[in-house]
Amino acid sequence: MSRERALLMAEDSTGGRHEPPGSQWYDNEAGPLVRPYAMTGGRTKPGPSGVRFDLIALVSLGTGAPGADDDTSLGPEHRALIELCRDETQSVAELAAGADLPVGVVRVLLGDLLELARVTVSRPVPPARLPDERILREVIEGLRAL
Amino acid sequence: MVSEPSDEDGDTGALALKILVAGGFGVGKTTLVGAVSEIRPLRTEELLSEVGQSVDDTDGVDHKVTTTVAMDFGRITIRSGLSLYLFGTPGQDRFWFLWDELAQGALGAVVLADTRRLQDCFPAVDYFEHRHIPFVVAVNCFAGARAYGAHDVSRALDLDQGTPVVLCDARDRDSGKEVLIRLVEYAGRMYTARLLDSVS
Repeated sequence: MSRERALLMAEDSTGGRHEPPGSQWYDNEAGPLVRPYAMTGGRTKPGPSGVRFDLIALVSLGTGAPGADDDTSLGPEHRALIELCRDETQSVAELAAGADLPVGVVRVLLGDLLELARVTVSRPVPPARLPDERILREVIEGLRAL
Repeated sequence: MVSEPSDEDGDTGALALKILVAGGFGVGKTTLVGAVSEIRPLRTEELLSEVGQSVDDTDGVDHKVTTTVAMDFGRITIRSGLSLYLFGTPGQDRFWFLWDELAQGALGAVVLADTRRLQDCFPAVDYFEHRHIPFVVAVNCFAGARAYGAHDVSRALDLDQGTPVVLCDARDRDSGKEVLIRLVEYAGRMYTARLLDSVS
């Protein structure tokens, strides 16, 4: 589905007349179920850049990243991701595990952060261009030394 | 010709490499990842609705299926700015589409095999062979399983000549390291051979 359609539907479904999706309580113990893509405003793909971040794409804080608390336009999940990158560069997979969010959701949120220049994301290794011999040798020596 | 690594690769200059660990259900994929990883294996979840997004979407967001499939992964830091990520592939065949994403840009794969049910690793062997992704077969030597030699396993799996078969204990760190070393060596040989092919 296009981003626009997803957004429209997300808006429509929270528009008041009918209940927002996932708001029903299953039982008292479970609490309200929030559909994962509610955190992304219904979007299932990252913003205009349209990049699909690889699981091992590395995410670092952007040069001009303000403190997470300074920006109220960011949701708690956005801020959680920023906090996770604060100490060290993280892969997309690690961010998803660290924030306890599905990878697809993390990709959308990262797209937002990338657009706002809060983070930088490394490009994945293109399939036809794998690391040169020197890197591979380094990996082998590193493994031996473990 | 050896090209100098350029800084235009990614803003951080850091490099991450991906190795897949495949094989049948319960063959020890997560055990192997855990044995060599410096972090406790982490679990990431992929939403099935997301991967199916190009073909579904007749019902709108309200009815999106939100089944998840979990992938376990671990990390080995070779040095600052160079790390290896190991991903256990989802066991069930119906998650093939996730393999495509995982395999994208992967350095290579380890196919774990159990000689008591060798057929469980056929799909993984086929998958990597067809896509020309370098892989090694690691036979997880379970206690009580009859011991077969690497050559027997290679023949039983009808592997392409040169595909390494390693006997291992997935619980053992050194054994796991050895498997990874064999894979990286083999991947290096494969890529070099391909490079030579392309220039000759």
